[in-house]
Amino acid sequence: MAIIERPSDAVEVVDETTPSVATPESSYGVFRRPVETTGWKSWLFTIDHKKLGIMYGVVAMFFFVVGGIEALLLRLQLAGPNGTVLSADKYNQMFTMHATTMVFLFVMPMAAAFANYFVPLQIGARDVAFPRINAFGFWAFLFGGLFLNTSWFLGGGADGGWFMYAPNSSVAFSPSNGVDFWGLGLQITGIASLTGAINLIVTVINMRAPGMSLMKLPIFTWMVLVVQFLLLFAIPVITVALFMLMFQRSFDATFFSVEAGADPLLWQHLFWIFGHPEVYILVLPSFGIVSEILPVFSKKPLFGYPLVVFSGAAIGFVGWGVWAHHMFASGLGPISVAAFSVATMAIAIPTGVKIVNWTLTMWGGKLRFTVPMLYSVGVIVQFTIGGLSGVTHSVAPSDTQQTDTYYIVAHFHYVIFGGAVLGLFAGMYYWWPKMFGKMLNERLGRVNFWLTIIGMNLTFGPMHIVGLQGQPRRMYVWTENRAGDGFFNIGFWNLIASIGSFVLALGILLFFVNIYVSHRKGTEKAPLDPWDARSLEWITTNPPKEHNFDRLPEVGHLDEFFHRKYEDRGSDGHHEFHQIATAEEVVAEEENNADGHIHLPSPSYWPILLAFSLPIMAYGVIYNVFLVIGGAVLGLVSFYGWGLEPHTAPEDDYDPPTGTAMEVAAHG
Amino acid sequence: MADTAVHADEHVDHGGHYSSTGLSNNKLAMWMFLGSECLLFGGLISTYMLYRGRHSENLGPDQVWDIPFTSASSFVLLMSSLTMVLAVSSAVRDDDRNTKVWLSVTALLGALFVAGQVYEFTTFYREGLGFTTSLFSSSFYTLTGFHGVHVSVGIIMLMSLVGMISKNKVVGDKKETVELFGLYWHFVDVVWILIFTLVYLIPA
Repeated sequence: MAIIERPSDAVEVVDETTPSVATPESSYGVFRRPVETTGWKSWLFTIDHKKLGIMYGVVAMFFFVVGGIEALLLRLQLAGPNGTVLSADKYNQMFTMHATTMVFLFVMPMAAAFANYFVPLQIGARDVAFPRINAFGFWAFLFGGLFLNTSWFLGGGADGGWFMYAPNSSVAFSPSNGVDFWGLGLQITGIASLTGAINLIVTVINMRAPGMSLMKLPIFTWMVLVVQFLLLFAIPVITVALFMLMFQRSFDATFFSVEAGADPLLWQHLFWIFGHPEVYILVLPSFGIVSEILPVFSKKPLFGYPLVVFSGAAIGFVGWGVWAHHMFASGLGPISVAAFSVATMAIAIPTGVKIVNWTLTMWGGKLRFTVPMLYSVGVIVQFTIGGLSGVTHSVAPSDTQQTDTYYIVAHFHYVIFGGAVLGLFAGMYYWWPKMFGKMLNERLGRVNFWLTIIGMNLTFGPMHIVGLQGQPRRMYVWTENRAGDGFFNIGFWNLIASIGSFVLALGILLFFVNIYVSHRKGTEKAPLDPWDARSLEWITTNPPKEHNFDRLPEVGHLDEFFHRKYEDRGSDGHHEFHQIATAEEVVAEEENNADGHIHLPSPSYWPILLAFSLPIMAYGVIYNVFLVIGGAVLGLVSFYGWGLEPHTAPEDDYDPPTGTAMEVAAHG
Repeated sequence: MADTAVHADEHVDHGGHYSSTGLSNNKLAMWMFLGSECLLFGGLISTYMLYRGRHSENLGPDQVWDIPFTSASSFVLLMSSLTMVLAVSSAVRDDDRNTKVWLSVTALLGALFVAGQVYEFTTFYREGLGFTTSLFSSSFYTLTGFHGVHVSVGIIMLMSLVGMISKNKVVGDKKETVELFGLYWHFVDVVWILIFTLVYLIPA
């Protein structure tokens, strides 16, 4: 049960408080326990946060492509009048699945990828608090996402929009199984998010390196922590809503049937109590990434670090009090509308604080416009546009006019693409050498960046115009005779948006080309510290060893790595930094003082098996109750296997049996 | 539930947990989970409060509740919290025999409560209050059903723990494991106090 993460010298401290412990001998596996460190088994049964982080990233990228293709089909349909690419029904499925995929299967897991990979590294830990739960979270996410997408082949996807408003989601209006797949799939990915949230919160709170107080925590880790708290409290609310939706659709309950006296706003409230914090769940990790990158390429510490931390936390808190601004048009009554209107204006303040802090970080700095820096500046600019159109929604009368028009679509794409996605790409360029030991090509990266920026502005910019002209969201065709004239002709702007979407797609494609080009044979290995970085994750090799750090680093400063490389020789409040050590020397110093024996927890079958029981049960809910029972049995077996399994594999599970397979030599 | 991440000495894989706050990871995780559960029951209770008045003339809360019966089963559940405390206290004293006894008694009391709930549901159903009869009945069965499932899962976990203690198969710190089960069990009880007050005692 215990998770132990301690420096070697802490062993002696254990005396009278030593708890009573049974040491199990066998792993209770039907098969030999997986202990391989190479090959496909080392990935399938891994509990290493770095491997899981990479898998999160790969799967998220796959779903990004799926969601992107869905978006391109939508734009093809709207490129000209009376589009015939998609039928009305297919169009409904396409925009629902596009949004669901991008939100739940791309942005959230991509943020989880970075969180998984870098939070333990940034806090100087060797893994997360619960490595097996971490593995379970990844597999639950993957199986949930695949389950959701199998609906395409089993009668069609969900078609009610990503918020699936009632009563439109009931069987009468959506007779296919799409909505069932949607609800159950999100339950599964929700379980993944919830377990991930608990895991990362405990990791950040409890497993920081010696000396790392909360106010010395790298800013990315801080933002991840805030996001995990949002997830912790938002996921159960959507869980309740999804359960009721399932009872309504599969078991004839009437929670959302207006004809049975139900309140149609119940779903909206539950959904948006989850849904608005969700917006910050999407964007705060990117804020963290940007806040890491800007100081590095400005060669200045983050301006007002405490303010950036507190404004992040403030966004987290206030994010709970603004949900009804999604419902201004539903007739809440003037008092509610006024209250939520003011709260929505208020949340712009901490967001604005961040933007000011970022600009002041750059102010007077030695700027280096590398690709990660370009993306970060892109976030500042594009997110500000999205933020400003967001403030226009907080004004209820204006929002009533904009509700359900493309203006809203323009707004949230500037926020989510311009804020979250650009930030994630910044993170990829910035941390690629850390994760894979190769630099991504800078020249291709610049083209990638500019095509993405041009593409996104061409795509989402015109949506402001067509939206204010009144083009409704979710409308599957537009006709020439109602397109309007002159500058405001929506036909023209729709065509521009469609062209833009392909420019954007080309930009994203270049990212994949860049990966290929950068990993071709003969490309150079990345230097140890390519960016002159500042935080703890760089005090180890590229990519990091399996145990992350040879010695758990002692932390004396925010930007610990920077302070090990540079010394302040200024006086009277004037700083003058001189390099005293290279990155190689700093890392060598750690390696020369490595901890003696480091034991890592062994891989396990149970996380993937337990996760696999979830979609089986979900198919059972839709098709056959026996599948539910079968899935439950598998889940139960996995639970017991999990609970009875020792943390490290017994020696005879190794082949050849050896007690030293996981040992890391002191100077390795 | 959790794993040993790193230990410096092969023979010491427990105890003396180094953590930034001094709290154990498992306990912190359990508190986080329970915090999340608050919102789950919050959503279910809100739904019930919204729909409690939406039913036909003769099948509302005031007609079907049997307060004395439910009070008795609530008492049984609350007593199970007492026995859980005794189990934790025995575990702290390394008294395996009494730990198992009190854990079993706790599970038994929990089972008695669930049996009462099954009896109550059956009675209501015979009186004509099915799951889909009205918004009131759907939200009532959903809320109390979720609670019942939590109690049932707790019972299974308690019995498993008794078995694991008997066979000496508890992975990690036994005292803490018992305490964590206790946290979960008390939480489920506290939720029932809320449900009993809001659903049964306050007239619709």
